[in-house]
Amino acid sequence: MIVAGSDCCGCTGIEGYLPCEQCGDVRNKEDRGIKIPGQLGRGPSSFIPVEEILQEGTERAQRQLFIEAFVSAGRVDNITMVMGLHPEYLASFWKTQYLLLHLDGPLPYHKRHYIAIMAAARHQCSYLVGFHVAEFLKVGGNPGWLQGLHRAPQKLRNLNEINKILAHRPWLITKEHIEALLKTGENSWSLAELIQALVLLTHYHSLASFVFGCGINLETDQDGGHAFQPPSPRSCDSSPASEDGVSGSSGKDAMQEVEVLMARMKLLQECQLEEEGVTQEEMETRFELEKTESLLVAPAVDIAEHALPPNVLCFVEEPEFGYKDFTRKGEQAPPTFRAQDYTWEDHGYSLINRLYPDMGQLLDEKFQVVYNLTYNTIAMHSGVDTTTLRRAIWNYIHCVFGIRYDDYDYGEVNQLLERSLKVYIKTVACYPEKATKRMYTHFWRHFKHSEKVHVNLLLLEARMQAALLYALRAITRFMT
Amino acid sequence: MEKMARVTTALGGNTITGRTMFCHLDAPANAISVCRDAAQVVVAGRNIFKIYSIDEDQFVEKLNLRVGRKPSLNFSCADVVWHQMDENLLATAATNGVVVTWNLGKPSRNKQDQLFTEHKRTVNKVCFHPTEVYMLLSGSQDGYMKCFDLRKKDSVSTFSGQSESVRDVQFSIRDYFTFAATFENGNVQLWDIRRPDRYERMFTAHNGPVFCCDWHLEDRGWLATGGRDKMVKVWDMNTNRAKEIYCVQTIASVARVKWRPECKHHIATCSMMVDHNIYVWDVRRPFIPSAMFEEHKDVTTGIVWRHLHDPYFLLSGSKDSTLYQHIFKDASQPIDRANPEGLCYSLFGDLAFAAKESLISSDSNRKPYIGDRRHPIFFKRKLDPTEQFEYISSSSALSVFETDLESGSMDWFVRTAKQYALAGRPLAELCDHNAKVAKELDRDQVAQTWTMLRIIYSSPGTVPSANLNHSLGKGSTSLPLMNSFNLKDIPSGIGNESRLERSKGESRSENILMDSSSTLINNDENEETEGSDVPADYLLGDVEGDEDELYMMDHENPHAEEQEYILPQEAFPLRHEIVDNPSALDHLQDKADSPHVSGNEAETVSLTPVESFSLISISHSLYENRLPPDFFSPIVRDMLLFYAEQGDVQMAVSVLIVLGDRIKKEIDEQTQEHWYTSYIDLLQRFQLWNISNEVIKLSTCRAINCLNQASTTLHINCSNCKRPMSNKGWICDRCRQCASMCAVCHHVVKGLFVWCQGCSHGGHLQHIMKWLETSSHCPAGCGHLCEYT
Repeated sequence: MIVAGSDCCGCTGIEGYLPCEQCGDVRNKEDRGIKIPGQLGRGPSSFIPVEEILQEGTERAQRQLFIEAFVSAGRVDNITMVMGLHPEYLASFWKTQYLLLHLDGPLPYHKRHYIAIMAAARHQCSYLVGFHVAEFLKVGGNPGWLQGLHRAPQKLRNLNEINKILAHRPWLITKEHIEALLKTGENSWSLAELIQALVLLTHYHSLASFVFGCGINLETDQDGGHAFQPPSPRSCDSSPASEDGVSGSSGKDAMQEVEVLMARMKLLQECQLEEEGVTQEEMETRFELEKTESLLVAPAVDIAEHALPPNVLCFVEEPEFGYKDFTRKGEQAPPTFRAQDYTWEDHGYSLINRLYPDMGQLLDEKFQVVYNLTYNTIAMHSGVDTTTLRRAIWNYIHCVFGIRYDDYDYGEVNQLLERSLKVYIKTVACYPEKATKRMYTHFWRHFKHSEKVHVNLLLLEARMQAALLYALRAITRFMT
Repeated sequence: MEKMARVTTALGGNTITGRTMFCHLDAPANAISVCRDAAQVVVAGRNIFKIYSIDEDQFVEKLNLRVGRKPSLNFSCADVVWHQMDENLLATAATNGVVVTWNLGKPSRNKQDQLFTEHKRTVNKVCFHPTEVYMLLSGSQDGYMKCFDLRKKDSVSTFSGQSESVRDVQFSIRDYFTFAATFENGNVQLWDIRRPDRYERMFTAHNGPVFCCDWHLEDRGWLATGGRDKMVKVWDMNTNRAKEIYCVQTIASVARVKWRPECKHHIATCSMMVDHNIYVWDVRRPFIPSAMFEEHKDVTTGIVWRHLHDPYFLLSGSKDSTLYQHIFKDASQPIDRANPEGLCYSLFGDLAFAAKESLISSDSNRKPYIGDRRHPIFFKRKLDPTEQFEYISSSSALSVFETDLESGSMDWFVRTAKQYALAGRPLAELCDHNAKVAKELDRDQVAQTWTMLRIIYSSPGTVPSANLNHSLGKGSTSLPLMNSFNLKDIPSGIGNESRLERSKGESRSENILMDSSSTLINNDENEETEGSDVPADYLLGDVEGDEDELYMMDHENPHAEEQEYILPQEAFPLRHEIVDNPSALDHLQDKADSPHVSGNEAETVSLTPVESFSLISISHSLYENRLPPDFFSPIVRDMLLFYAEQGDVQMAVSVLIVLGDRIKKEIDEQTQEHWYTSYIDLLQRFQLWNISNEVIKLSTCRAINCLNQASTTLHINCSNCKRPMSNKGWICDRCRQCASMCAVCHHVVKGLFVWCQGCSHGGHLQHIMKWLETSSHCPAGCGHLCEYT
């Protein structure tokens, strides 16, 4: 007889074959009077009702993706569930992340996870930190490192500086930073390693944005994912209040908002010519205006700095370093990044593909997928060309990070993006840890949840691209 | 080529002279273009828009077109083109989507003529019609191409590429109505200017964006394209389907391509990123550029041939804010620096070696052996008489050597790999065992090393003792003298025919690739050169001639030393009859001091002068009675390095594994990793999978250890229909049944699955175990009598 062993998730060891003993029905046990911790949030996201995600989860392509994710990772995590609302994107995202973490690359596996931890910790994202701590241990990382950054090898600690910069003020990265990391010495980085580290960092910074932006719940098996106590009222402002937003009198307003938005989009698409009178100076000021206005949409600071769990904090040095608007009054503004001078398609791709083959291709696909993703629907309308709206969002996010497109009229942003949306975008892109459910529900009140997730995907990718562009430009400057 | 003659005539009285020169611009350039008369060049960029005149030995700024107090975005140029018919007419493409024309004939300071703001996105390219004065074409990021008549205010026609981003547009030089457009999605479209509704033809040229294209100046059907996929392709458009006729692989994404005037097959390219050089390729020789300009310090953004009929002058603008004129004469020709030799093994171990003919023919000894077993083939490539001036003549000789089965065999390697014991027993036993293995294969030095390792590292009680050192002399005979190959051929007449043949066939080439056969060859050579009958095994004592001695020791050095140190003084049971000959060493020392080389060893010794150093140090008396094993680690380390250096990575790795932590920290991780990977690679080439796996498992190197965990895929077939399972979990796609059901409980088995080889039924391990305790029939009811052991 032959024994074939295959380790299957959940059921480890031989006892696993017995039908559902330990993973048996929870309610059963409850009936028997055993007190068990309940799951904190319901469903993968605390912002989006669970029915919303599962009901639409019957599409074939989506199922296939979930199965694939399950087979290769042993679980379908909450991020995957939420992204599953856009299967086309999920496929691309999954491929990239898989290459980044699990396939051949210059960095050893445990370091990749450690870098992910460092990146996520910058935004205090305990979901990602917890997730990768587990992964880190699984691939045989040294548990000592998890006691904090100070226990990690110097080489990884050197990365802290650009981690910090990329997370909060990517425009500050210079070729000197790159030089410092690459200069030969005991703890130096090779260029290929650095590229992978950069992609990892930016990936996890922006993924943290997504986690907060969509209110992803902790996994059941994570610390804090379950508790005897119901969650404190702070983290979930009672749902009835927020659901009111859609119904009743304000519902009507929202309807009108959608109509107005559509009308404007149409106008912009058709009557480009009307704009001809606009002078270049005006265009220039419009961008500056948008930049400065983004200062004003900073979220209220009154949200109490919730205490950081120490297991996240230990990976952060200088936690006070945060996003700072580059156009503070009276300060020398760093020069605007001209998008046309260093584009992803031409320059970024070429550089990455040279140093980290395959990654360039996958990232390129991912950016393209997300940039072109559309179902031609808006709220309850279908057959709408949403190009202008998507472009406005994308460019606004880049604008927040100081990247300017010469060929874009930033007046459009003002017309298309309402204030609450701007607040949300700015918050999630720059300080995601401050995003709240109220912000989520307050913008686009009549839109579908999947559309809000779409906004979050745009956020994720635009943010990642912005940070990558800054970092790659620094590398290019270093190399020349 | 017949065009050669035309070079001078075409230029008429207007001959171009000049030298390689450059000037600093104030800002990075995005594009350049020349005036028809080749005397002026315009440079455009985000912050620069100037015209320079090209003088004999310098560029002189003639005109700054960037006027006004606060320059608007209309001045921020992505592309610029100078009309080839009208020297007053220029057009620029602005990054904000505006197409601007400029009239140099205007009297005012501002030469701006017309402004077309029809494109919504950045305009990537503008192009004038080659013969029509008023026709201008533009291609933009928004996916549209527009044709403007400069006499009108608006565009005449708009072409929609149905795709995003037009990267380049080029009017065909000969076909009046045709233009080509390249796109970000890898497509190239051909359009008829009269039919804006639909393209004439479309094909996919590249994987990823096509950044540029250029029509051949003479051959009307040829279009060259360059893309992000680092390729330059030449398409023949005369046929129904565009046919790729040439392909050049460059090292970075291609930003511009420009056919070289008057040279049918030459094309200049520059890259978008990373690589700053300008290359001129002969498309028929796609592996090495025929010329290279290396002046720029940052990426080159624009290249243009100075005159339509002059192939010697190339202008280029770059991000490093310089404008260069390159002269062909000053170009570097990579081919001069290229290694003109090639070497390759065939499947059966035959070796082909190609080199420049001049190199081969100088080695006149090589030719005569057109023997039965090897066939040197010489061929010469005829020069194409119509070929270009600077085309480098290429003639090469190819020789093929067949392997001599005996000497080429890696038998010893395979056997050693199989028989070595690496773990599982006490160190002393391992060493002894391995020494025995090596001994059996007549690798005495290796055997000796193992024995010594045992002495060093095993506990004092088991230490044998003394005179071991003296084996060193004899070991030398069989030591892989890997450097001792003569590059020159041995004068014929020495040694017998077969031996000579062998050494000739293999000498050089095998030496380069692997020293596997070194042991054997080396023996041969010893015999040959010395003519003495020194048997290959242990027989020290009778070291007669000085020369012999010296010869051996030269290669022995590191060992001589090492063995000296280890020497415990007490006597130990001799493994062989060895005559202690203490004088031998002193004697050697003397010799080594004065590198006295004589007779036929001259060649050998002179090849390895590096090795004949440190004999002097031997006289140190370090003969402490008992030294801690740590004391020897530097020596053992040197020994390992020595073996690895010699190519015997097997020995290095084996010792590394056997000694484990005792030596591990002495050698840096990277070297270890390197050794491991080389050894594993070798093992796998010999299909010794098990051993290679064992080595991976035993290695203490993290990077190696995890080799086994990476890239492992398990393919599962459905147990019902025998087809591969897709990734759909536990249900087979095809037969819609659960695979691997337990025959007892009829649930899917997700953990350990046990099945009977007879009837292939099975299930959960414990279920089957229980079942078969009570019944001997198969639980599935098939009637098979299963057995569980």
